[in-house]
Amino acid sequence: MIVVEDIHKHFGGFHAVDGATMSIKEGSITGLIGPNGAGKTTLFNVIAGVLKPTSGRVTMLGEDITGLPPHELFHKGLLRTFQIAHEFSSMSCRENLMMVPGGQSGETLWNTWFGRKRIANEERALRAKADEVLEFLTISHLADHKAGQVSGGQKKLLELGRTMMVDARIVFLDEVGAGVNRTLLNTIADAILRLNTERGYTFVVIEHDMDFIGKICDPVICMAEGKVLAQGTLAEIKANEQVIEAYLGTGLKNKDQLEAGA
Amino acid sequence: MDFLNAIVALSNFVLVPAIAYGSQLALGALGVTLIYGILRFSNFAHGDTMAFGAMITILVTWWMQSAGINLGPLPTALLALPFGILGCVAMLLLTDRLIYRFYREQKAKPVILVIVSMGVMFIMNGIVRFIIGPNDQRFADGERFLISAREFKAMTGLSEGLAIRTSSVITVVVAVIAVALLFWFLNRTRTGKSMRAYSDNEDLALLSGINPERVVMVTWLIVAALATVAGVLYGLDKSFKPFTYFQLLLPIFASAIVGGLGNPLGAITGGFVIAFSEVTITYAWKKVANYVLPESIAPDGLAQLLSTDYKFAVSFVILLIVLLFKPTGLFKGKAV
Repeated sequence: MIVVEDIHKHFGGFHAVDGATMSIKEGSITGLIGPNGAGKTTLFNVIAGVLKPTSGRVTMLGEDITGLPPHELFHKGLLRTFQIAHEFSSMSCRENLMMVPGGQSGETLWNTWFGRKRIANEERALRAKADEVLEFLTISHLADHKAGQVSGGQKKLLELGRTMMVDARIVFLDEVGAGVNRTLLNTIADAILRLNTERGYTFVVIEHDMDFIGKICDPVICMAEGKVLAQGTLAEIKANEQVIEAYLGTGLKNKDQLEAGA
Repeated sequence: MDFLNAIVALSNFVLVPAIAYGSQLALGALGVTLIYGILRFSNFAHGDTMAFGAMITILVTWWMQSAGINLGPLPTALLALPFGILGCVAMLLLTDRLIYRFYREQKAKPVILVIVSMGVMFIMNGIVRFIIGPNDQRFADGERFLISAREFKAMTGLSEGLAIRTSSVITVVVAVIAVALLFWFLNRTRTGKSMRAYSDNEDLALLSGINPERVVMVTWLIVAALATVAGVLYGLDKSFKPFTYFQLLLPIFASAIVGGLGNPLGAITGGFVIAFSEVTITYAWKKVANYVLPESIAPDGLAQLLSTDYKFAVSFVILLIVLLFKPTGLFKGKAV
């Protein structure tokens, strides 16, 4: 569905993404793992149009989407969430959800004055949908709370909820589980699985929690130093020497090193 | 009786002028604060934007006056105001297209945009002077006073007169309508909410599918309207001189910063804080004091804290105090 071809992203002399190539199958939940600084989030930013790549190409269903601005990608069904949850802090959780999707008829000045009925109908539908999403995410009780005041985990749910307001095709989740407790993490995992099977969303998930990855992701891609190191099922990845070296590590190996050092 | 006279004198020389001036500053500061909140830079060209909008209005007013079109007791300028707004909209959209958009696409830092806006300021300043000249222009017509001092004295029998100028009343009425419309727009309409969303979290707004170019365009439209209204009201109340509008930048920025940059409610409050401070500090209190205080301790001098020549120093000092002790302003503004 998404094909990433030899993407480079340099910040001055620093090569954050250094020739990453991967393809993401439609309908899959792909896990993206790797040590900190491996370039996972930068790659996300490049794909989602926040950053322009230094070189390389991203295609979605055969169409070149390299460097398109985020709001246009949004209308093509490509959505993402942030590592650190973002929210419109002065608006309520429901209003936050209702900001999605952009391009509503109330956004033109003409309709603001002369299309009030149409806007009202649209907002009613959106409101119902937002309430449904809040219900799905088990945070209905927060509908009228200011989004800036809810907990970090709840903001993560809200991020996920934002992707449910439209019929997304592919959603990039950046550390959706970071700073979230176990129970909430299970809620999130269930939501992802349901969206995948019921609504056919394709997901790409950056995550450090191996249990979470094991539960929902297939295949898994491991990145290190801006390159793709390995790709396969979690079991294959876990057995891969390079991955162990760069990221997972082994208790045994560390112990050996410690002993050798001592 | 003395006490009533004191109140009337105070209203005449302090309250009424300060309220009118405060409304003008508030409208100016709202424009500055919107640009800061949404486009994320301090727009130094705002004073000259006001001058430009006011200039177009004045030219149309003169044409209307020569064609015999008028509003009776109200100033003709009110009729010409929509044309001024249109002219200002055209000017701002053109500058955005030619200048600001380039820097936006580069994702230029706010400080670069500030310098860019200074360039725009000089050019706009030049255009205004080129078209209408650097001198004072008068364009107010209609009834000068709603109540003149003499009428007031005859009506109440007090020895102090209270003159209420038509321009003061119009200023306040127009300002109230403009502010009410703006707040309704920002809080109740979808376009306004997109603007707030964009101001709150740009990345998220983009990823929610909000079109940034449209938000920017609507912002310029609103800023043009606010700037023109502020410029025309100031011109009606005092007089139109391009250099005065450039000088207005300081109190306008002081208002926006005192209230908290990026916060519309703060801009309004800030406008009145600055206006009242400026007027009360530069007012000669002798008259009021003579009415209220017993003769033995009544002042001989003017009891004026600061000469009116120094009125800009007042905004400057308030600005310093706020930046030292409460840098985010009275209402919490945002930092870029």
